[in-house]
Amino acid sequence: MSSSKTKRSMLARLIPGLGSLAKRGPSGWMVITGLVIVLALVVMTALGPWLTPYDPIKHHGPIRAAPSLQYPMGTNHLGQDMLSRTLTGGSIMLQVSALSVLICFLIGVPLGLFSSYVGGMLDSTVSLVIDAVYAFPGLVIAIAIAAMLGTGVINMALSIAVVYIPSYFRIIRSQVLSIKEFAYVEAAKASGAKWHTILSRYIFPNVIPSIVVVATVNFADAVLTAAGLTFIGLGVTKDVPDWGWDLTDGRNYLSTGAWWIITFPGLMIILLALGFTLVGEGLSELLNPKLQR
Amino acid sequence: MGLRSYVITRILLTIPTLLLLLSMVFLVMRVLPGDPVALHFEKKASQSQMDEMRHILGLDKPLWGQYADYILGLVDVNYFLAHGYPNLGKSMQTYEEVGGQVFSAFPATLELAIYSMIIACMIGILLGVVASKSYNSVLDHAIRGFGTVTYAIPVFFLGIVFQLIFGVYLHWLPTGLRINPNITPPTTITGLYTIDSLLEGNFTKFLESLKALVLPSLTLGLILSGIFIRLTRTNMLETLRLDFVTAAKARGLRETTVTYGYALRNAFLPILTMMGLQFALLLGGAILTETTFSWPGLGRYIVTRINFRDYTAIQGAVVMFGVFVALVSLVVDILYAYFDPRIRL
Amino acid sequence: MPLLEVDSLAVDYRTGRGIIHAVDDVSFSLEKGEKLGLAGESGSGKSTLGLSIIGLIPYPGVIGNGQIRIDGKNIAQQPESKMRSIRGRRVAYVFQDPMISLNPVKRIGAHFVELIQTHEPGTSKKQAFERAKRVLVSLGIQPERINDYPHQFSGGMRQRIMIGLAIALNPDLVIADEPTTALDVIVQAKILDLLESLRQTYNMALILISHDLSIILERCDNIIVMYAGHMVEYANSRELYAQPRHPYTRKLLQSIPNIELSDQKLTAIPGSPPNMLDPPKGCRFWPRCSYAMEICPVKKPPLIDIGQGHLVRCFLYGEEGVKSE
Repeated sequence: MSSSKTKRSMLARLIPGLGSLAKRGPSGWMVITGLVIVLALVVMTALGPWLTPYDPIKHHGPIRAAPSLQYPMGTNHLGQDMLSRTLTGGSIMLQVSALSVLICFLIGVPLGLFSSYVGGMLDSTVSLVIDAVYAFPGLVIAIAIAAMLGTGVINMALSIAVVYIPSYFRIIRSQVLSIKEFAYVEAAKASGAKWHTILSRYIFPNVIPSIVVVATVNFADAVLTAAGLTFIGLGVTKDVPDWGWDLTDGRNYLSTGAWWIITFPGLMIILLALGFTLVGEGLSELLNPKLQR
Repeated sequence: MGLRSYVITRILLTIPTLLLLLSMVFLVMRVLPGDPVALHFEKKASQSQMDEMRHILGLDKPLWGQYADYILGLVDVNYFLAHGYPNLGKSMQTYEEVGGQVFSAFPATLELAIYSMIIACMIGILLGVVASKSYNSVLDHAIRGFGTVTYAIPVFFLGIVFQLIFGVYLHWLPTGLRINPNITPPTTITGLYTIDSLLEGNFTKFLESLKALVLPSLTLGLILSGIFIRLTRTNMLETLRLDFVTAAKARGLRETTVTYGYALRNAFLPILTMMGLQFALLLGGAILTETTFSWPGLGRYIVTRINFRDYTAIQGAVVMFGVFVALVSLVVDILYAYFDPRIRL
Repeated sequence: MPLLEVDSLAVDYRTGRGIIHAVDDVSFSLEKGEKLGLAGESGSGKSTLGLSIIGLIPYPGVIGNGQIRIDGKNIAQQPESKMRSIRGRRVAYVFQDPMISLNPVKRIGAHFVELIQTHEPGTSKKQAFERAKRVLVSLGIQPERINDYPHQFSGGMRQRIMIGLAIALNPDLVIADEPTTALDVIVQAKILDLLESLRQTYNMALILISHDLSIILERCDNIIVMYAGHMVEYANSRELYAQPRHPYTRKLLQSIPNIELSDQKLTAIPGSPPNMLDPPKGCRFWPRCSYAMEICPVKKPPLIDIGQGHLVRCFLYGEEGVKSE
């Protein structure tokens, strides 16, 4: 069947791709490690519902039981099994961060490309506004917007997206401003190419590497911000298993010594953010010629 | 131009930026959700109750009127002189002056932010310099790894862990208050307990307030240090390769002189800028840290206001954050000009 | 005893892609007050040679072999503390680009005071300042400018300041690495004249490194010609000009434009400098040499003494092959 053939050929190209990454030294390894971590967590979350020994929402076991063979990660104060909750708890976070990156991408990239290409008053005005947003404490913006919009995956994603659009905008703008002056762009203009052609075929492909780096940082930050919003109470409702929620909830029972409620979800969040950060750091080092001796 | 004219120009430039900022906050808090009053009551109030609140808070005026009230209220000097705080409207929950509440909560956040920044810079710069001097060694990689990992830790998670280890298990440090509850706080001059107790000459109070600050600022500072480690290391690596560093070594100057007097002093400027930029991040982290440690600052204020759906108060707090960030960036720019004489020309 | 002796020095750069033998088997000696020129293209190893004398070869370079002796004592692998007492005081270095050789955030006076107080602790700031002002005067710079920052000076003046810093403590040897390359032609001559007059005042030895053979011919007593890390010729400068022996030296001399010849054909040396990661075997110049013989790619030619201290590294002059001219 054609679908399995394309899958195989994609895989076949992926492995050498990874191989060439590995050859690039420690930065390459960072990228690979990060990708592996992220992929593993995504797969784990996706397959979670089939892997869990217990239903993560039902109140199965004893309340606040320490880790044991029966409940390897213990239970929380509602008697829910922590292992099951840990396996499935990433879904909200992944959804929110993926959605926010998508929104940022759909808004920030065209905005950046268009504004910096056109230049002039439009560009100055837009840049001014963007800079003002950029200077603002990110979490404060997210809190303000989330407070006004309410809870839910989409609202969280929107709040986070607003915070990160300026990053995309600024990176794209600085790149476009320099690329704009290159001879081949002039040549394209001289041969009568329309602005959207120039943007999409000449400028955009060159901007992609920086966008990818910003996107990975965006992902990492989105995960942490989503956790932060949940911690404040602007997250999602109780019923869906969520690492951020477990962290928030588990905090109340620390004085009883129930360390396991917060530890595993916390570690998962760290892993996820770390995975994205590694990919971003590695990629930016690979793409940044300054540090290459 | 000299330093003075640069400072004046820079201050003048801040005004339109602030205006833009304030307008944006207004946009988000008033235009976005539609009707903050309805949201506040969650549809559990009668029309007359909602109208009454709208009238008291001035929310029944047309949008332009509200905007005018908002901006004019902020620059109302008479109000400021009379109350000691700016006019930020009234709280939806208690009709108290938001300005007063914000101003009394803010110093705690400021103190936390300052000490966190100090810790972050100390750890960050030191480790960054060490890493850059031992390029590509195990130590270098370990430090870089440390820097990367700390950034991925949610600040409140670290805070909870610290509370667990130090507060619950080891019963070491007090958690939840700015100073030991048995001690009266120092008289307010700056609002920063540590400074005020020193000004009072009371060393015990100084120590006690410092003790309360340790955990929260260590938490926030540690998370923040990662960025400084990386930045210092990168800038030092670049600067150490520059000719004037080699030339300094060629004159037989001491290692510490070259590292700190030549390399770091020149690599420092981007770090200073980063400090200013990071203040924004710091305030976000401060909100979470304050919530974790129940630290009575502006962050915790905002969170409780959210629980009460007190939108006018939230707006006031957000404005406070924004203005503060703008002021910090102003100070950073001025310091930058002071350190780098080339900028002034 | 000569002031400086370099003995079979080899310097390698241990990069991730392989080892670059930047300096290979170089030996020479320098007397007190002597002026030695180091000529060669970029990548010939002349700068590396200069830096190795003060132990500041950049990462990932190391001294692979050989000795560097000052007053008979080998300083080649000395610890940093020993090297620091030599640098600036006994051997001074002038770098190529004056625009980036001074600390941008330090005043000129501070540069001098720091130097003086490091090597002569116990000197008060006032005394150091006075000395600095006197140095500025000898450089032709107004002493009132002592509190200015580097960016307030032109390139030529900054290079003078660099020279001033180099001679401030009366070193025995000054190594000047392309001191005028970053400056325009008129300033070049002034800088070199200044360097010479200061050198004479204190009878310092000078190693002048440059790719510009005409400058070296004019201002040095003896000359080393470097190519791809090898010392290919060594002679008294007059002798080198009159009787260049090595094919590379000949080509170098031919390529110097002569203002008096109206129809001179400018000859360039065919080919390009070798890839130092994988240089030609045997004599490194053979691919570009019009006299290349069978043995040239096979064996590294030894340094042959053709009389009166004139040394050539070329098979044309002995060991194998026919002696021509």
